[in-house]
Amino acid sequence: MTETSPQKPIPVTVLTGYLGAGKTTLLNRILSENHGRKYAVIVNEFGEIGIDNDLIVESDEEIYEMNNGCVCCTVRGDLIRVVEGLMRRPGRFDAIIVETTGLADPVPVAQTFFMDDDVRAKTELDAVVALVDAKHLPLRLKDSREAEDQIAFADVVLLNKTDLVSPEELDRIEATVRVINPSARIYKTQRSDIDLTKVLDQGAFNLEKALENDPHFLEQDDHEHDHTCGPDCGHDHHHHDDHDHHDHDHHHHDHAPSPIHDVTVQSISLRGGEMNPDRFFPWIQKITQTDGPNILRLKGIIAFAGDAERYVVQGVHMIIEGDHQRAWKEGEKRESRLVFIGRDLDREKLERTFKACEA
Amino acid sequence: MPTVAPLDLEGHVVGVAFLKGIPFFAEATGAIHRLDHGHKTTEVHEGLLSLVVDEANDTLLTGGEDGKVMRTAADGTATLVAEAPRKWIAQVAAGPQGAVGYAYGKTTHVRLADGTTKEFTEERTVEGVAFAPKGLRVAAARYNGVSMHWVATAGQPIDLDWKGAHTGVTFSPDGRFLVTTMQENALHGWKLDAKPGAEARHMRMTGYPAKVKSLSWSAKGKWLASSGAPAAIVWPFQGKDGPMGKAPLELGTRADIMVTSVSCHPAEDIVAIGYQDGMILAARFADSKEVLLRRPGKGAVTAMAWSKDGRQLAFGSAEGDCGVVDIAG
Repeated sequence: MTETSPQKPIPVTVLTGYLGAGKTTLLNRILSENHGRKYAVIVNEFGEIGIDNDLIVESDEEIYEMNNGCVCCTVRGDLIRVVEGLMRRPGRFDAIIVETTGLADPVPVAQTFFMDDDVRAKTELDAVVALVDAKHLPLRLKDSREAEDQIAFADVVLLNKTDLVSPEELDRIEATVRVINPSARIYKTQRSDIDLTKVLDQGAFNLEKALENDPHFLEQDDHEHDHTCGPDCGHDHHHHDDHDHHDHDHHHHDHAPSPIHDVTVQSISLRGGEMNPDRFFPWIQKITQTDGPNILRLKGIIAFAGDAERYVVQGVHMIIEGDHQRAWKEGEKRESRLVFIGRDLDREKLERTFKACEA
Repeated sequence: MPTVAPLDLEGHVVGVAFLKGIPFFAEATGAIHRLDHGHKTTEVHEGLLSLVVDEANDTLLTGGEDGKVMRTAADGTATLVAEAPRKWIAQVAAGPQGAVGYAYGKTTHVRLADGTTKEFTEERTVEGVAFAPKGLRVAAARYNGVSMHWVATAGQPIDLDWKGAHTGVTFSPDGRFLVTTMQENALHGWKLDAKPGAEARHMRMTGYPAKVKSLSWSAKGKWLASSGAPAAIVWPFQGKDGPMGKAPLELGTRADIMVTSVSCHPAEDIVAIGYQDGMILAARFADSKEVLLRRPGKGAVTAMAWSKDGRQLAFGSAEGDCGVVDIAG
């Protein structure tokens, strides 16, 4: 329990992306465009932010492992401090933006907003936005895991610098991003030029809104995207060093993503009928406890037998939260869907055990 | 019956203090208010983050979002002690012999009375700074422990290691114990006179439902009061082993209202307890007897300080409703 706050929680947007992907350009855009909102910005280095704003705070990345024996339970200590300081004078700004360094792991940043009671009491994570340099993504995926993690973890991906690649290259890059993260919204941009309403105020971690405005999540199982493997492509993309790759299975795709060998993240979409809550809750608890370190994100809509309302769940590693969202609409198909994005996930086990939770 | 003289400010109050008997209230905006024959204000910082009282010369030391360390005297005049442009000075400490400690990033700075500044850099961010009561020695709380440095000599620091993030640090008034607040809901302590490496050196103080943000040593350091629970948790430090093997006192217990601030009386074994809803109680260690000092207000109590004679208690809140309680009434 923490201090009660009469204000609405302040939304926080996290910007990730490699050095040179266009984060600073986007930040300058956010700070200079005339949208009538004031932002406090937490950066690792003042760098090239050209805007005069006394609410830009420099902060050294400081990763805390929590003393609970869980290696994935990490938070950003510096954010806890800076957010606490900012929130003592909340009238100065409407929202907070956290810019991470190129190599930053987005997970501790996001988990800070779930695991620290003080931060959680006053702010809410709005969305994680990843900027991707279209030209250099294949190289980045080869030489680092961070680039992939940033995409896998994002709610919104800006595929930037599209003017530096050919349309065919761009298609392949987009397909690669889609394989890493089937549920993110992808926008193609040049010089980070984007309608800011597509980046800010997304409510991506808000259980009430989250999946509602995620058309991709809702439709992805209904029809495969013609240019990607899609979430249900059952091939083991994560074994990038596995030479016994099922490449032969890709032939039916029009444009098979080429740099996929460097992708280690997989996504698994589960679909089932109405669930028995007495089986589902112990199951999801167990899965997130045992496989939590391998799960980057999970999102789902669950139909419980005899329950008039949709139940939504989301998670980051071992943190999971869920709530009733709204009544099922008339004619809406009462089915349960769950997407896991992570590494080394056992698709067969997840599918089988998820099915076993059906009512 | 205690009486309350209110002072209504606009925003979050970071710290309160008495200087030469005058109550001071420091707002997060950077304005420092005092009640000295009327309400007077000095604009000291563009954003105030930290405050300590320099008992040796009855002044306030504050650090700000403006990168400044300032000293404010009882008459309200503020002077610049040190400056680090664009850095947030979230840690300040008052040392012996006129030394001022402050920290940002991974470095503790100690400005000596002669104007020279010594720097002590850690591997991780410095989260808390405190001076030992005797000798010119500074402790820096950081991830996985505390580093203690002799300021005058360039020797190796003494590292006190304990896994986890240490967010604040305090020495007992006799210098025998050092206690940190942690990111997890716990305090950690070290018996400084025990042998390094000895298990008896460590003191774990756990069981809090929330983070501990307020600590206060009682008169002569016999007890350490803390926030972080729906009661003031008061650990006994009279014995040579500190609180080990002993249960703490739980004073002013309320059903589900958290204690946010504690301040021990300067002479008696009594603690003022400030709560999340703005209420303030005083509780006596000997018999747990409670007295209401202030009814609930607009915001959580963020800071309290006793006058030297122990007759008045100044308090500040997260919503700016402050005041001075006259104990005698």
